[in-house]
Amino acid sequence: MDDTPPPATHDLGGAPRFRCTPVDPDDEAPPDAFGKRVDAIRQILARKGLLTVDEMRRGIEALPEAEYHALGYYERWLRSISGIMAEKGVIGAEDLRP
Amino acid sequence: MAAPPTGDSIALLERFVAALAARGIVSEEEIATQIERTDRASPEIGARMVARAWTDPAYRALLLRDGTAAAEQMGVSMAGAPPLGVLEDSATLHHLVVCTLCSCYPRMVLGYPPHWYKSAAYRARAVRDPRGVLAEWGTVLPDGVGVRVVDSTADYRWMVLPQRPAGTEGWDETRLASIVTRDHLVGVALPSAA
Repeated sequence: MDDTPPPATHDLGGAPRFRCTPVDPDDEAPPDAFGKRVDAIRQILARKGLLTVDEMRRGIEALPEAEYHALGYYERWLRSISGIMAEKGVIGAEDLRP
Repeated sequence: MAAPPTGDSIALLERFVAALAARGIVSEEEIATQIERTDRASPEIGARMVARAWTDPAYRALLLRDGTAAAEQMGVSMAGAPPLGVLEDSATLHHLVVCTLCSCYPRMVLGYPPHWYKSAAYRARAVRDPRGVLAEWGTVLPDGVGVRVVDSTADYRWMVLPQRPAGTEGWDETRLASIVTRDHLVGVALPSAA
């Protein structure tokens, strides 16, 4: 009886779902302006002691599977970082609502 | 190709930036300065480290022993970055770097990770079918060469030291660095003199 839990959403090493998906070597896609902004904010918050890489990981890895795969890379980061800042009271949760 | 962010995401980012700015935590000026600084890191730094290791045995030893110190010797600030490990290819063993859990990458010496490095397909397949992934770059390892896949983590980053290609005898460091690309430093391709 194998009672190993299924891998978490982000744990993609060897995932059968993507076994036949090609990797596109030409897909350089350097970050766009959105990605660079999110990345810069992450670094500034980290330097100011407001965010650790492990906190950011928790926020990304807790995303529901459908959302994880639907969102772009830096969109996942933004969901995580903004949520953590609200959770820690650095900003207000209402600040993020439309 | 990476899809552009949704309108919802763009709006969320602007609300987030406004909230941080209103509380004096992050300013637009700081963001611009940070982007400028991050943009300066590129695979040319890693390429210069490799070229120096190919020509200077003492530097090669340092690079393999302590990648972080070797990067700092090239003038790169590694403050706040996780340790850098360097994987030495040989005539019988090649290395391929992946981050199966996300996208951990030695950004201080290679710059932003390319989109494919962060893709689900690369993360899933690099550890299951590394030779199949290499073939998508047209990379075929010679007979008898093993491949070792190394998983980068949030706490430790990896870069490959490829073998110096034949036909580069007598080249200086600058010329050697010019044939080393990001793909060689991740291990999806091998440098050549051509």
